[in-house]
Amino acid sequence: MIIPLRWQLLELQDAYIAAIDDDRLEDWPRFFTDDALYEIIPKENEDLSLPAPILRCDNTAMMRDRVASLRHANIFEQPTYRHMISGLRVLEETGETAVMRTNYLVVNTSLEGSTSVYQAGIYKDVVVRTEAGWKFREKRVVYDTSRVQTLLAYPI
Amino acid sequence: MAETAPITQDVLDIRFPRRDGSRIPYAVFNSAEVYALEQERIFRGPTWSFLGLEAEIPKPGDYKRSYVGETPVVMTRAKDGELAAWVNRCSHRGAEICRKTRGNSVVHTCVYHQWSFSAKGDLQGVPFRRGQRDQTGMPPDFDVKDHGLRKLRVESYRGLVFGSFSETVAPLADYIGPQMRPYIDRIFNRPIEYLGCTRQFSNSNWKLYLENVKDPYHASLLHLFHTTFNILRVGMQATTTTDATGLHSALLVVKNAEDNAEGYKAQNIRTYQDGFRLEDSSVLEMVQEYEELSTNHIQPIFPQLVIQQIHNTLVARQLIAKAHDKFELVFHFFGYADDTPQLRAMRIKQANLVGPAGYISMEDTEATELVQRGITGHGQAASVVEMSRHKPDETATMISEGLVRRFWEGYRQLMGFAAEETP
Repeated sequence: MIIPLRWQLLELQDAYIAAIDDDRLEDWPRFFTDDALYEIIPKENEDLSLPAPILRCDNTAMMRDRVASLRHANIFEQPTYRHMISGLRVLEETGETAVMRTNYLVVNTSLEGSTSVYQAGIYKDVVVRTEAGWKFREKRVVYDTSRVQTLLAYPI
Repeated sequence: MAETAPITQDVLDIRFPRRDGSRIPYAVFNSAEVYALEQERIFRGPTWSFLGLEAEIPKPGDYKRSYVGETPVVMTRAKDGELAAWVNRCSHRGAEICRKTRGNSVVHTCVYHQWSFSAKGDLQGVPFRRGQRDQTGMPPDFDVKDHGLRKLRVESYRGLVFGSFSETVAPLADYIGPQMRPYIDRIFNRPIEYLGCTRQFSNSNWKLYLENVKDPYHASLLHLFHTTFNILRVGMQATTTTDATGLHSALLVVKNAEDNAEGYKAQNIRTYQDGFRLEDSSVLEMVQEYEELSTNHIQPIFPQLVIQQIHNTLVARQLIAKAHDKFELVFHFFGYADDTPQLRAMRIKQANLVGPAGYISMEDTEATELVQRGITGHGQAASVVEMSRHKPDETATMISEGLVRRFWEGYRQLMGFAAEETP
């Protein structure tokens, strides 16, 4: 059966957000090629072509370091994220690579039990087809919610 | 100069248990009345508040919205290149005038009735001022010169722009003072380039953050990144300094001169078999840019600025009080105009260390919120700030709360709060 490209890419995004929402952070770097760029940057800077990010990894080793630090070093209230994604648009595709953008919304539930919108934004992704399926070569998380509430620990 | 009716201290009944800054009544963090009084005595009082960087508004007509305490202001660069700032409130009926975070315009027009103002805040035009056909206009005694926007005094020190409501506060360079200026000069020693900002919002009192940046004692205890990854920081020498008021301070952490910059990574990132280690330690690389090989330079200029150099990240943090239990931090990242592409990339990579997701900073707002929650309903209780109290002249140490105590004495006096005699 030939699965349309759109469904393949949606499957990738769904698997990606499930790994984070299920707190399987150790799986998170596996969605990327080894030399991938992962960046979280406010829309405010993106719109002005200014480079300051809040988090930036330029390979999967840095992503694994981030996970190790979250697991063993950093102190924060354990977040409970739920990601909602919509509006996936494939902007370019060659069969082996694709450029896409997808809206996301992350709600967080506090330990005391209230749920609030933590962050809204878009994923700007470049994906490549590998022997292990589609992977992100670039995932740039451009967030609208410029005021980060308290801190950002987990990836988006 | 105060624009609100004074609140008397008697109404608040805030008393510091000691006169040396070592006991801080929690009411100063969880009282809306204290917060209101701070707006009057600090932010509209004899202080200079950091508004932004000149590098953010380099061209005539450039503007940026900012704050002095809770008051929204706009900082601008006028047609003649001069800096100005005014309260973002129309002189007509009080509507907010500037509705964009940043932009460029030499005219600012209120959308409500289209009163228009220059970048310096002078009223330039009022629609139907002379009426139209047989309809009347403004009265003959209406003079546009009397109805400009509420202007602030504005001064820049080495590209850092400050505003003040006070007509009596000393000129900015004197306000910063002779102890603090050399530290600013050190960082702002040549033209800078603005690299963008990130924002963090905390449900806690703004002064808890000022305490945090004056408290090197917590550094290795709350921030476990270095110890967890067995990153040894050998040969570090701390220096702490305050100005005469105690409100401003500087912490400089320097590596011994014999450790050259190239050797920094090899000598200091030592790992153990049984510990965690970073797979990619490039985030901790460092290039020596100043006379001293300094890993940390943390310098609060009261009340709204914290200058930060951590490795090669350079940030002007703006601390904005939003309520007695809310503040916002705006991290203005910058580099030097003459950065090589490699150095610029390094600064961007090291943004991972600082800010809302920073490896060695994310815990700070977590800690200030823990305090805010912990002290709820206990304004009469007080915190205990004793570390190295018996050694007030010991400034070459991280294990001290001396800057915190100096700060609270300066704050207490500025606010006019009473203190019991120190036993």
